Amino acid sequence: MHFIEPHIHIASRTTDDIERMARAGCLAVAEPAFWMGYDRTCVGSFRDYFRQLTEWEPKRTANYGLRHYAWIGMNSKEAENISLAREVIAILPEFLDRPNVLGIGEIGLNKCTKNEVTILAELIELGMQRGEQLLFHTPHLEHKLWGTQIILDLLRAEPRVTPSRVWIDHCEEHTIRQVREGGYWAGLTLYPTTKATPDRAVDMIEVYGPERILVTSSADWGPSDPMAVTALMQAMRRRGHPESLIRQIVYENPLQFMSQSRHFTPPEMMSS
Amino acid sequence: MQSPMSAAKLLDAEFLGIRCRLIDIAAALDRIDRAPSNAAGVDPRMLQIRRSLDIIASPAANRAEQLQLAFSLQNGQ
Repeated sequence: MHFIEPHIHIASRTTDDIERMARAGCLAVAEPAFWMGYDRTCVGSFRDYFRQLTEWEPKRTANYGLRHYAWIGMNSKEAENISLAREVIAILPEFLDRPNVLGIGEIGLNKCTKNEVTILAELIELGMQRGEQLLFHTPHLEHKLWGTQIILDLLRAEPRVTPSRVWIDHCEEHTIRQVREGGYWAGLTLYPTTKATPDRAVDMIEVYGPERILVTSSADWGPSDPMAVTALMQAMRRRGHPESLIRQIVYENPLQFMSQSRHFTPPEMMSS
Repeated sequence: MQSPMSAAKLLDAEFLGIRCRLIDIAAALDRIDRAPSNAAGVDPRMLQIRRSLDIIASPAANRAEQLQLAFSLQNGQ
């Protein structure tokens, strides 16, 4: 079955991973800008990273027939450095117009500090001014509930937000309900130990229904599995879910959400 | 023989894994409860699971051994 991987950090993965994903039926990937495992010291480092996501990684995945998309933004962890974050925000528009960029992301909160919230509000404002889609990272572990609530409060206070163009990622059992009730897309992350397992993701699909749900590996430089979406497919089959439902989750839903971006080309129109 | 690591260091190393496995157990029990034709309430294996959760929550020093016994046949029965 073909699938789209809506959240993976290809810059942190090997070419072997890309090839394995292509062999398994992956047609397209989307790569949000994020914290690369260390704090960058100047805006030039971000500029080069955004060039990597919009110039080099699309070429690397194209070698295996995968279309590469990117989200460009200031991640929450480095947003703590408010002056650097503002320098980064100033260069975002030149990358948001690049042909593989879907919108602003992944932005959000990490420890839910005042600086993080300040920068997040500025990123949302930039997104509203430009009519961009938004991808939100919600915090890890004990900060997730609080951070998700702050993000939802910020979005509720912004009348220009169209919820169906907003993806709130890394939802779990205690946050998915509020995200879905707000009309946003809910991301489920198949990540060992700290996020959801394939079986728990299937549970949440069964409880809340398949609409406005995106399931991803979020595979990055840490322990993670770029093939995790195929594990979800297997878990759904094992429980007896029909192929049509599996296809909706791993292909049609990402297609529906990403198609709202002016830069997205549906797979049937792709020509590598 | 005691572990060379302190309790605090062991907790640092084990906390996220324990948290993950507890959530997995809770999710699996929810899954069973949610399923159609749910007869889990009268299934003796559910009694074993409930007894096991009590053992885990107890202050005993040999919880793993007690869990193994709870899941073992007694005298071949």
